[in-house]
This record gives sequence, C-alpha cells and structure tokens, in this order.
Amino acid sequence: MALTTKYKGLIDIANSSGIQDLQIAEQVGVLHIRGTAPSADVKNKLWDVYNQLDPNFLSGDVVMNVDVSTAISGSQVRVITQNSNLNIRKGPGTDQPIVGKAAKDEIITLISRANDQWWLVRTNDGEEGYCYAQYLEPIS
Amino acid sequence: MSLKNVISVFVLSGCLAVATVSCKSKVSDSDLKAKVENVVTTTPGVSVDVKDGVVTLSGTVSSESEREAIENSAKAADSKHIKSVVNNLVVAAPQIEINSNDADLTSKVVDATKDFPTVQTTVKDGVITVTGSVEQSRVQVLKQSLDALSPKRVDMSTLVIK
Repeated sequence: MALTTKYKGLIDIANSSGIQDLQIAEQVGVLHIRGTAPSADVKNKLWDVYNQLDPNFLSGDVVMNVDVSTAISGSQVRVITQNSNLNIRKGPGTDQPIVGKAAKDEIITLISRANDQWWLVRTNDGEEGYCYAQYLEPIS
Repeated sequence: MSLKNVISVFVLSGCLAVATVSCKSKVSDSDLKAKVENVVTTTPGVSVDVKDGVVTLSGTVSSESEREAIENSAKAADSKHIKSVVNNLVVAAPQIEINSNDADLTSKVVDATKDFPTVQTTVKDGVITVTGSVEQSRVQVLKQSLDALSPKRVDMSTLVIK
C-alpha cells in the first residue's frame, strides 16, 4: 500500500491544521513530514493520529518533525517530563554539568533556542541553562 | 471621377485591408513568443511555445503560487493578441532536508536517548536503528526525539514495547 494511502488520515489532518511551511514527501520508502504547527495541541494531535495509524511507530515508514510556532524567545514553556525533574545544564549537551532542575509541569521561560535539540531557559528562581527541547512544551 | 480612379481607390483600400489583416496576424506566434519569453524566462526552467495565438508554458517551478504568477504574467504580456494560455508548468516536489551525516546523528542520538537506559541505538547511512525495550507510555517521546533529528528513517521494528 502506498504510504500516502496508509497515512491519508495524518496527511489530511496536517493539511487542514494551519501548519506553516508544511512539507510532505515520500523519499526512499519513508514519508517525511515537516512544518511548524500553530500550537502544541496541533502537534500532539498529529502524533495521536500517527500513533493510531501505526501503533507504537514500529513500521519506521514515517519521519515526522513538526515544530511549534509559539516556541519563541521570551515565551513560557511547560516541563513535560514523565515524572522526574528536568536537568538544566551549563551547555547544550548531556556531557555538560547540571546547573539546576525544573520540576515536572513547572512553567519556565524560553530565552532562546540554541539548536533544535537544546533550548536555553530560565526558571522562576532565576536558574539559567540548557534543557532538552523534547521535554519542553510551548504554552499557546 | 474616372473609372481608373475608382479602380485605384478600390485597389488602395483593398491593399490597406490586406495590410491591416497581415499586420494583425504578424503580431502572432513568433512575436508573441518573444514577448512572453521576455517576461517569463526570468524564471529558469520555463519554456514558451506559441501556436495560433495560444501560448503553452512548460517546465518546472517550485510552488503553486509561482506557477500561477507565471501564467498571469504570460497573459499580461500581450493580452490583446494572446488567445489563451495553456499552463503545463509542473510544481516540483519540495526538497525535504534529511540529515544523513552519521557522526552528527550519532552524537545527537546519545542526547536523545539519555533517559532511555534500556534502549540501544546504531546509526548507519542516516538510518537510526533502535533495539532493546521501552515502556509503552514513553515510546512516543522516544520517536519524537529521534524524528526531530531528521534522519532518513527510524527503525524500531525489533524494539520491545513493555
């Protein structure tokens, strides 16, 4: 079955959700989806639909890299670790020393996006450092 | 008025009529082609053909809006003499950026899987292969973290979901 058929539900949602710079293309047996969602809710919705069409993502025939447009400097982000504290590090990398912690569900300030993986943040206590971006969700 | 004069008036007006018609038809095709080319060939990869006042555009452009813009500027090149525009321009599939630099991916995968001690990963030719096991509740975070690196593929087919 063609990937565009298998993932029609996901493609339809992506096309109708106001995603900026949306790119969907099949390359060497993998459907690549890129773009910037207007909110974290839209991004989560896409992942829910993807999970329904390919439970636990085990087929490996989609790479979906969707960003959230509200993740801008100065905005508030929520810590979305499963249950542990989120490490705040001196520099962008897990080899960097830990300079602070942010609790699960704590809301902190995004100072800047060092790269796609690491964001510079500040807690309400004034602790500053780098956190892994996957554990931060923009509040829209 | 003598007959001769009458004839020459007829001949003259006949000539004029022919000249007008031929003048109009001359604007067509090769001249139209030049006019349209003048405005649309600023976009590389677009070619123009004209037959009987019908302009055909062909080639590849990068977006639907560019495709429409070129059609509109072609029509506007000589709206009086262009009968119609056949838009055969094709919008090229967008080039999606893929990271196939294994060294770069490997170091980023280390960060992405730091909190997944029961997961092992290998990177080869831009493909991240994930083995080991992971709790069902965390598989999405794992996949999101790996997809965010824009690899060629994330292969989790042998990953055990607990």
